Amino acid sequence: MENRPLEYDYTVAKWFMLTTVVLGIVGMLVGVILAWQMAFPAVNLMAGEGLAEYTNFSRLRPLHTDSVIFGFTLSGIWATWYYVGQRVLKVSMAESKFLMVLAKLHFFIYLLVVVAVVGSLLLGISTGKEYADFEWPIDIAVVVVWVIWGMSIFGLIGIRREKSLYISIWYYIATFLGIAMLYLFNNMEIPTYFASGGIGAWYHSVSMYSGTNDALVQWWYGHNAVAFGFTVPIVAMIYYFLPKESGQAVYSYKLSLLAFWGLMFVYLWAGGHHLIYSTVPDWMQTMGSVFSVVLILPSWGSAINMLLTMKGEWQQVASSPLIKFMILASTFYMFSTLEGPIQAIKSVNALAHFTDWIVGHVHDGVLGWVAFMIMAALFHMAPRVYKREIYSKSLMNTQFWIQTLGVVLYFTSMWIAGITQGMMWRAHDEFGNLAYSFIDTVTVLHPYYTIRAVGGTLYLVGMFLFAYNMYKTMTSSRRVEESELQNASPMGA
Amino acid sequence: MFHWLEKHPFFFAVAIFVTIAFAGLIEILPNFAQASQPVVGTKPYTTLELAGRHVYIKNNCMGCHSQLIRPFKSETDRYGHYSLSGEYAYDRPFLWGSKRTGPDLMRVGNYRTTDWHENHMKDPAAVVPGSIMPAYRWMFKNAADIDTAYAEQITVNKVFKTPYNTEIPMADGTKATVPLAATVDEAKAAALVEAKVIAADMKDQDVKDAVAAGQIPEIVAIIAYLNSLK
Repeated sequence: MENRPLEYDYTVAKWFMLTTVVLGIVGMLVGVILAWQMAFPAVNLMAGEGLAEYTNFSRLRPLHTDSVIFGFTLSGIWATWYYVGQRVLKVSMAESKFLMVLAKLHFFIYLLVVVAVVGSLLLGISTGKEYADFEWPIDIAVVVVWVIWGMSIFGLIGIRREKSLYISIWYYIATFLGIAMLYLFNNMEIPTYFASGGIGAWYHSVSMYSGTNDALVQWWYGHNAVAFGFTVPIVAMIYYFLPKESGQAVYSYKLSLLAFWGLMFVYLWAGGHHLIYSTVPDWMQTMGSVFSVVLILPSWGSAINMLLTMKGEWQQVASSPLIKFMILASTFYMFSTLEGPIQAIKSVNALAHFTDWIVGHVHDGVLGWVAFMIMAALFHMAPRVYKREIYSKSLMNTQFWIQTLGVVLYFTSMWIAGITQGMMWRAHDEFGNLAYSFIDTVTVLHPYYTIRAVGGTLYLVGMFLFAYNMYKTMTSSRRVEESELQNASPMGA
Repeated sequence: MFHWLEKHPFFFAVAIFVTIAFAGLIEILPNFAQASQPVVGTKPYTTLELAGRHVYIKNNCMGCHSQLIRPFKSETDRYGHYSLSGEYAYDRPFLWGSKRTGPDLMRVGNYRTTDWHENHMKDPAAVVPGSIMPAYRWMFKNAADIDTAYAEQITVNKVFKTPYNTEIPMADGTKATVPLAATVDEAKAAALVEAKVIAADMKDQDVKDAVAAGQIPEIVAIIAYLNSLK
């Protein structure tokens, strides 16, 4: 009995893989629509005047951000959790009926939340806080989903065979705790229907915090939701999938320790960089700025650890598209975590804040790092959960290059747009008057908005290739034996 | 120590939590009481203004417009006096935004008028050639939700002691009072009085007719809100 290899149960992992792909396409499709709307405002009326309320930029924008964050990324995190968790803890989900039921509950309540979110955002039901737009009934459902996930993590840890927790598990635990704390505190709100004795909309609520306090809590949340949604769990993935796929051991345990605890300690302080030159006290702005720069250390610690893991095996980058995705992800992680601190320097922030440069920064991070890593993880998982080889290697390569080109077009155009607009806002003529009216600084951006929309569209095309490749892998690819699934994933031509 | 932690998940989780929690404690808590003090002249919103603020949030105006003037000459030249913390004392949630696809609106009430907003919301590019802002024509048809705005007024008055029915010092030395209606019907009647003042400055006949018939379209509410931003 003990000598037989464990049969892992990937039922729930498969479900979350599916929502990762579907919600990724939905979220990015909406993003592409937004990009074209900014270049050509007529796109706001794409479904006619009657539906304009639901297709215009402002109503769709939260749908884009929330579906890529809470749809695509969260699904990816959970798909990998229900795969990686079992394997590094050396315990199968099938061993515990309780954990299995919990995991299924996790998935179905999550689906309900997704439906509620899409519906309410389209109707304009929103608390008004970015990435925390959901009204209180949805918030409660989110908390339920989160608690279930926590029980699943600690339940699986509780029955583990491998006593020592692998690096990835550290990061999953941190994701769980970090988001739990942030989400709870930022969404403290009072339902007005109950407080007023039954007047008005039942779902409406009012924030517990006002003005500057609300801004502080919101950006402590907003910044760190990025930390614990876009960084920490993605690092969990790369620490598992890169060594697995390449067959190389993680370069340095000590470096991973330093990077992990450094990230935990430093990240939370940096939220203040969203509020530079605002009405929060100056010392907090400075703290936000300084800690953002310090944040380069733990971020680069992980990234360098990953790159050095490939030491002596760099030919794999050329030969395997899967390794390509992960190495580019790691590189974009370094790039993005250098760009962020630069933007957090006060004098740079004075120029960059409120401009498209920030949008560019977010997207080189999420498209280049987060999405590439999630897709690589799914590619690695597919042969192991479906027992079939990846359908097409050449399609993967095509996807890689189309999407890389898309990201490059995206961030370069947004750099130029952001810096151009920032410079024009502050330009004075020889008499000390403002040199440009606001609209001058908008019309000048048209070419960059168009280039960005093209870049985004390319990325979306890559997403469709990804979905097709995954679908074929699931349904009609060559079946593989367990012996083929050691390290490098088997791929068809 | 780290090796030990890695074998003891509970303590490991506690260690993580402590490490991530105290940044928030140190950065956020000390400022809480001070930052919520209003400056002289800051009034809570009337029912109609608050309903307009809800229309603003419903349509995610803050996705493209900030309400935060930074202390630079280029910003004060363009938008007026830089923002003060106390001016936001009654803003729940804050609406600073994070992106200026369009201009800042912190003090838009100082330099734009009701009829400007009316024309602009119908067809932004006709008022500002080259504008990429979409039109918001449905605001002329949808009814504003006065009930919910009133419910929010009661809530903030009860829970956060937002000073309705209280004399508030103004910058010019006078006092002002923002009334809080006793019933929903009273609140609606008061909002309608405000709405009639706005509608009188508008050209859209449907909106004028609606207000005359006792209804309040969203456009009237949001203009009341935008006019209050000073």
